[in-house]
Amino acid sequence: MFPASFDFYRAHSAEEAVSLLGEHGADSRILAGGQSLIPAMRYRLAQPTVLVDINQMQAANYITEENGELRIGATVRDSDLEFSDLIRTNYQLMSDVSDVVADPIVRFRGTLIGSLCHNDPSGDWPAAMLAARAKMIIQNKDGKRVVNADEFIVDSFTTAVEEGEMAVETIWPTPSKNTGASYQKIERKVGDYATAAAAVQLELNEDGTVKEAGIGITAVSYVALRVAEGEALLRGQKVTRNLIKAVAAEASKMADPIADGRGSAEYKKEVVGVLVAKGIMQSLERLGRKVEA
Amino acid sequence: MEITLNVNGQEHKVDVEPRTLLVYALRENCGLKGAHVGCDSSSCGVCTVVLDGKIPVKSCTMFAVQAEGHEITTIEGLGGGANLHPLQKAFHEQHGLQCGYCTPAMIMSSYALLQHNPDPSEDDIRRGLSGNLCRCTGYMNIVKAVQQAAADMRQPAEAAD
Amino acid sequence: MSDQIKDLNPAKECRAMGKSIKRREDARFVQGRGTYVDDIELPKMLHMAIVHSPYAHALIKGIDTAEALKVPGVKAIITAKDLAGFNLDWIPTLAGDKQMVLATDRVMYQYQEVAAVFAETRAQAVDAAQLVEVDYEPLEVVADPFKAREDKVILRTDREKKTNHIFNWNVGDREATDKALAEAEVRVKQKAYYPRVHASPLEPCAIVADMNTATGRLTLYLTSQAPHAHRTVVSLVTGIPESNIRIVSPDIGGGFGNKVPVYPGYVCAAAGTIVLGVPVKWVATRTESMTTDSFARDFHMEAEIGATKEGKVTALKVTTVADHGAFDAAADPSKYPAGLFSICTGSYDFPTAFTEVDAYYTNKTPGGVAYRCSFRVTEASYMIERAMDTAARELNMDPAEFRFKNFIQKEQFPYNSPLGWTYDSGDYETTFKVALEKVGYEELRKEQAEKRAKGEIMGIGISTFTEIVGAGPSKDFDILGIKMFDGAEIRIHPTGSVIVRAGTKSQGQGHETTWAQIVAEELGLDVDKILVEEGDTDTAPYGLGTYASRSTPTAGGALALGARRIREKAKRIAAHLLEVSADDIEWEDYKFQIKGVPSKSVTTQDCAFAAYTNPAPGDEPGLETTYYYDPPNLTFPHGAYICVVDIDKSTGEVKVRRFVAIDDCGTIINPMIVEGQVHGGLAEGFAMAFMQEIVYDEEGNHLNTNYTDYLIPTAYEVPKFETGNTVTPSPHHPIGAKGVGESPTVGSPAAYVNAVIDALSPYGVSEIDMPISREKVFSKLRAAGVEAF
Repeated sequence: MFPASFDFYRAHSAEEAVSLLGEHGADSRILAGGQSLIPAMRYRLAQPTVLVDINQMQAANYITEENGELRIGATVRDSDLEFSDLIRTNYQLMSDVSDVVADPIVRFRGTLIGSLCHNDPSGDWPAAMLAARAKMIIQNKDGKRVVNADEFIVDSFTTAVEEGEMAVETIWPTPSKNTGASYQKIERKVGDYATAAAAVQLELNEDGTVKEAGIGITAVSYVALRVAEGEALLRGQKVTRNLIKAVAAEASKMADPIADGRGSAEYKKEVVGVLVAKGIMQSLERLGRKVEA
Repeated sequence: MEITLNVNGQEHKVDVEPRTLLVYALRENCGLKGAHVGCDSSSCGVCTVVLDGKIPVKSCTMFAVQAEGHEITTIEGLGGGANLHPLQKAFHEQHGLQCGYCTPAMIMSSYALLQHNPDPSEDDIRRGLSGNLCRCTGYMNIVKAVQQAAADMRQPAEAAD
Repeated sequence: MSDQIKDLNPAKECRAMGKSIKRREDARFVQGRGTYVDDIELPKMLHMAIVHSPYAHALIKGIDTAEALKVPGVKAIITAKDLAGFNLDWIPTLAGDKQMVLATDRVMYQYQEVAAVFAETRAQAVDAAQLVEVDYEPLEVVADPFKAREDKVILRTDREKKTNHIFNWNVGDREATDKALAEAEVRVKQKAYYPRVHASPLEPCAIVADMNTATGRLTLYLTSQAPHAHRTVVSLVTGIPESNIRIVSPDIGGGFGNKVPVYPGYVCAAAGTIVLGVPVKWVATRTESMTTDSFARDFHMEAEIGATKEGKVTALKVTTVADHGAFDAAADPSKYPAGLFSICTGSYDFPTAFTEVDAYYTNKTPGGVAYRCSFRVTEASYMIERAMDTAARELNMDPAEFRFKNFIQKEQFPYNSPLGWTYDSGDYETTFKVALEKVGYEELRKEQAEKRAKGEIMGIGISTFTEIVGAGPSKDFDILGIKMFDGAEIRIHPTGSVIVRAGTKSQGQGHETTWAQIVAEELGLDVDKILVEEGDTDTAPYGLGTYASRSTPTAGGALALGARRIREKAKRIAAHLLEVSADDIEWEDYKFQIKGVPSKSVTTQDCAFAAYTNPAPGDEPGLETTYYYDPPNLTFPHGAYICVVDIDKSTGEVKVRRFVAIDDCGTIINPMIVEGQVHGGLAEGFAMAFMQEIVYDEEGNHLNTNYTDYLIPTAYEVPKFETGNTVTPSPHHPIGAKGVGESPTVGSPAAYVNAVIDALSPYGVSEIDMPISREKVFSKLRAAGVEAF
């Protein structure tokens, strides 16, 4: 099908993009990877009257690690993450997600920040963002502000990015060496949105107890959720089978999915707990540890 | 609006709307029919072309105007006549195609895959091509074709070592 | 430099049969130089977009096109009223029903076509379609055939009979079967739903319709698997003489039965070009394809097997409720409203059997087509292979042993089935043994026992199916009265190169190669001298087209016999050249020689040259023929498939570890192509077993209108296949070939499903319907108390 007509602008800097968005108001949209937006436009589910293309914004194409943080610009593609040695080595969770988000061709075009801003309730990146305690830098005509993941995710397809604003950078804390992570996704086929998925990141103390835990789940509510109760259960504890069950139960308890072609609500609610459990177990395995008896 | 597309090393000045998808610009403005359209949802991948020598894109999920300034390679630019690309030859020799509708995209996607991974395992190939659908072959012979082409393409380099 | 690559066509081979000759059609496809319908552009061509109904059942109170007509570039908008002026508002279906082209006073299913917009560009046509205002008054929806059966809401008010029941079709001896079942020592019932699916070739349906107002000739470039039949239909519905209609079916991007019917979009485009006098292009969007193309299957089946305690089957009864959607647009031969479903006794020697099918209208897309299947054979095969497994389990027998006990024996062929078919040939035991050995059945059963002891889940599924293809003999088979023969024309040019044309139409099956191989073999000519052309009704001989695995059984026969007829004439020419009587000539080692004197010989090529330069006295010059082949019987390919699965307890994920497929399709023309066909069909079988299903809600809303929700497997999901063949030639086919394109789609779904049930049987599972989602397996495991982790 064919998108409705729109006016097309190229922005070469965030300032220019924000200014164009301000000029054209609510019906203007940033065009980054376009891998969700363009299909929506083809179905005419989205009919923006103005698109501000940021793809040529060279300055936004960076992945840098410094001072314990990873900074990623607005035009960094999923495939940049997928093929990055830095990500593969130091950012297990991000690496896992970048292997399974969308399909391999879409990943060459889709951007991390674009996915986060799209904030599909079944998206992969929002769950990872929650688990990894990532932040977003949002720019408007007056300057920049930083919001953390919990504040960034507002509602289905709605984030803290307001009209006239643009998300310009996402910041992911560099995990310590004692950190293991895992992204567990059930999808019906490559390229599908998750039926349910869980992002888990565990940092352990030397004695094997959990120092910090991050758990995000997706496709089981109107937005991705952080399983805060489950994280709290893990903190300071040795990871036992019973503890994993309790954490999984917390995830299932929080989940409030809808029934759709991907599965019934009951199934999604139950299976997201299983995925959290598998995520915890794989995180441990990756640290060379096993579940305590 | 008039834009210039660089396709297979040739400049095409084309008059399109901003909403014109790259695949239609290639097919209808540039006369290159090798990229096809098979879905509305960026799912089937039969429109896959390569940007800047190694980036596969679904040309139905990109506006033509966005392709300005990029080098676009389509199946027509990969090889032809007596100078078939090893992938084209391998798809033929391994019976990696039947109806031919997905074939140009499958070959372009394979081409990009081999740019990133010149010696892929079967699993790498199956994962790497999972953005492209084929309804005829069951993929078995496509995998074999990519393996054959990968070996062919590595050979000159290995010989030079 | 020519685009035909010489080294791509190494087929300098007259001994062509049984060789894996590389495909001659590939050269254009690997270079992106194929010509599909959407590649065709004509001067002044308009684009068509269709307005679809959001309701599954509603009255149309009014259609307002005023705003839409204001869109720049829009030339016309037509509705049913306009079509009525040409008597095109309704068209006949292949099943003898009729269907609306554009909705008249009501819509009968969601996404039904309501209006057609013609504009200069595709985008303008879509812009305008969005602005057509239709006033609907929703009616009660019946989206379930069991609800339709109650006749509380009559859907087809246009019909005289006020019922949703379309037909009851039955065959076999009901009384004898009921009696045998009543007396059976063991009775096993098995229900199975074969889901509604969409064949989904990657190229959607498309047409470029071009009425030349000066000559009155209508040319339709069409995604057609049956161009000749379509030309006849177009002539009948439009009144345009058949000679003034030309249908060109160019390269087709997959068919699988999807491109057999005549769709409303085609008719609208044809009406558009007739009215507007300029060419019109319509290319279905994927959403249109998913929602308005004919569906396949949608059979609610129930089987009952009677058997002795020792495991010998005594009777089979299968009853079916079929959902046909809003119009009966099933694409079946006239005499067979439920297709060849009566092949449901399969490979087994049932002394008595009975089957019946009741079909109903619902507020769903009409159909159904034989999706990679010879008319409901897929459903039949699935049913019997599932039921045989269930029976074996009830009898506490190994499913392989149970099958061996009940196979029709080699000596029984030709075998008369209790449901009226005469199976031509088969050797089920041998084929099954080859499969069992290849997969290592005994070891796998041992491994399974060990795994079960450890709580791991593994299953082995079997399907030993028999197909019925190659429709068909004229005494029984016709579509709209046209007998289901097929035609071939062979013209040998003076220099010995050949053009071959057939009434079939390849959509990926490789006819340009295999047809040449048949002719090369029969005439001793090089394959690469033989050009094969199909799909243009102006030039190709009449034939019913390519579907139902019929091309090789029908056109393949026409080609072989046509070539032999040419050989007879060439023999007379050879006699003339060798100055002997024709009686003294023999065809030996691909040459004509004087009997017993190999040194005195001429080739077909020599005879061809002579046919034009030095004809035999009293003979017509030239060397060509057209042959229409009416097959004496259908062909009955068979196979033995074995699937091995492992199941992840925690998520319910099923991994197909191995799939062994041994096919017997009779004589093999090209092993490479046969293997390719089998791979493709096994992948589609996998798709149906695990992924594909069209789902409607109770309001008749179509819930998977595109590939994000209708799941087509990728290279990552599709398992690896191990293939092989046994060869039991068809005794009645000129080259002994039976057809193969559909065996894997027909035979494999039961193997996948039986494997999953076999895996889950220790947990009390005996039923699971396709598509087998993780959720279905997960729920069954949890219900059985298996812990996820």
